[in-house]
Amino acid sequence: MNEPPLAITLNLCLCHGCGLACDMQGNPQRCVRCGAPLHWRKSDAIARSWAYLLAALVLYIPANVVPVMHTSMFGSSGGSTIIGGVVEFWKGGAWDIALIIFIASVGVPCIKFLGLSLLLITTQRHTDWALRQRAQLYRFIEVIGYWSMLDVLVVALVAALVQMQELGTIEPRPGILFFGLVVVFTMLSAMSFDPRLIWDGATPRRDG
Amino acid sequence: MTKTSELIVCEYCDAVYRKTSLARHQRSVCVRCGGVLQRHVGLTVQQRLALSVTAAILMVYAHFYPVMSIRLQGVSNSATLWDSVQILSQGSITFIALVAALTIIIAPVLQVLLLIWVLAFAMLRRRSPAFALCMRGLESLRPWNMLEVCLLGALVAVIKLAGMLDVIPGAGLIALAALSVVLIYIAGRDVRDLWDRL
Ligand SMILES: [Zn+2]
Ligand SMILES: [Zn+2]
Repeated sequence: MNEPPLAITLNLCLCHGCGLACDMQGNPQRCVRCGAPLHWRKSDAIARSWAYLLAALVLYIPANVVPVMHTSMFGSSGGSTIIGGVVEFWKGGAWDIALIIFIASVGVPCIKFLGLSLLLITTQRHTDWALRQRAQLYRFIEVIGYWSMLDVLVVALVAALVQMQELGTIEPRPGILFFGLVVVFTMLSAMSFDPRLIWDGATPRRDG
Repeated sequence: MTKTSELIVCEYCDAVYRKTSLARHQRSVCVRCGGVLQRHVGLTVQQRLALSVTAAILMVYAHFYPVMSIRLQGVSNSATLWDSVQILSQGSITFIALVAALTIIIAPVLQVLLLIWVLAFAMLRRRSPAFALCMRGLESLRPWNMLEVCLLGALVAVIKLAGMLDVIPGAGLIALAALSVVLIYIAGRDVRDLWDRL
């Protein structure tokens, strides 16, 4: 298969606002079609992506330690963390729901932490290892990213429902704020990363 | 400019290709990185406008009817999407209410309004006023629409509470389910093709 030409060698730049291949002759600052600012690569992609990722990683600790909701019902009351909720479902026999919450709240964030770190480190090292797989990993992270918002929305719905004075109340607790911030920051981290950098650093392949 | 609009650049690796016309269910894939370059757009502008209006109607139901209600010892209570956002806004965690509002209310509502606006003018083979602004708005709102996550969240909430009390799914839940499916069809990356059509 012939290697396709690269935009940068044809003096073309992809507009992220509308997808137009912009001719960079005369150094236009903005896309002629939609007016979005043009950049050869997302600015400070690596630094920004790291910053958001580290912020998310730090916030992930209180997100797991601090209770996400407080239940007072049938005379007993107490806070529960995300893992606590998973364990409760598991013990109650609802292993399928336990698994869904576990994947969304622990699996997805951890895949994002590991995956983005891997992408950032390998990109900084300009390695040509597993280029295609790394591009796929980036797309995978992009797709699964927002599913970790699941627990935030579950807590919101449950707390909005169970507001019955003496009979029982469920209230959201700060853990859910930390958890929501983790989701937002990992999404921003993935958005700041520029997957084209994976290919830029690699030494060009020589065919034949 | 007339020439470059026939080209397509892979957003994942910068490879350049010539645009091709695709048949149903076909998509073109980058040979270098495996990313999807183009997808076949099966819906006409008219169908997309009809679906956008449908989405707007579903949205009214999803917002004003309870997603579900609970009953315990004769006392019942119900919650809409808006109630769920509001409960988060109390106390020190207000910021998360903004995030929740963005993902399940603000982003989807704006997307549907912008789509109706842009597609209504597209029916007349014209670009709407502020077309570029609207299209870029749609582009940046897309990652923040989390209605399908909210739908799964509602199902989890039903099961979570079912052990303790009676849970009755409401009209809002059905509307929410239909709405998230419709939005997957009309609010995806495909809206970009309006740039080429108009
Ligand atoms: Zn543009
Ligand atoms: Zn590619």
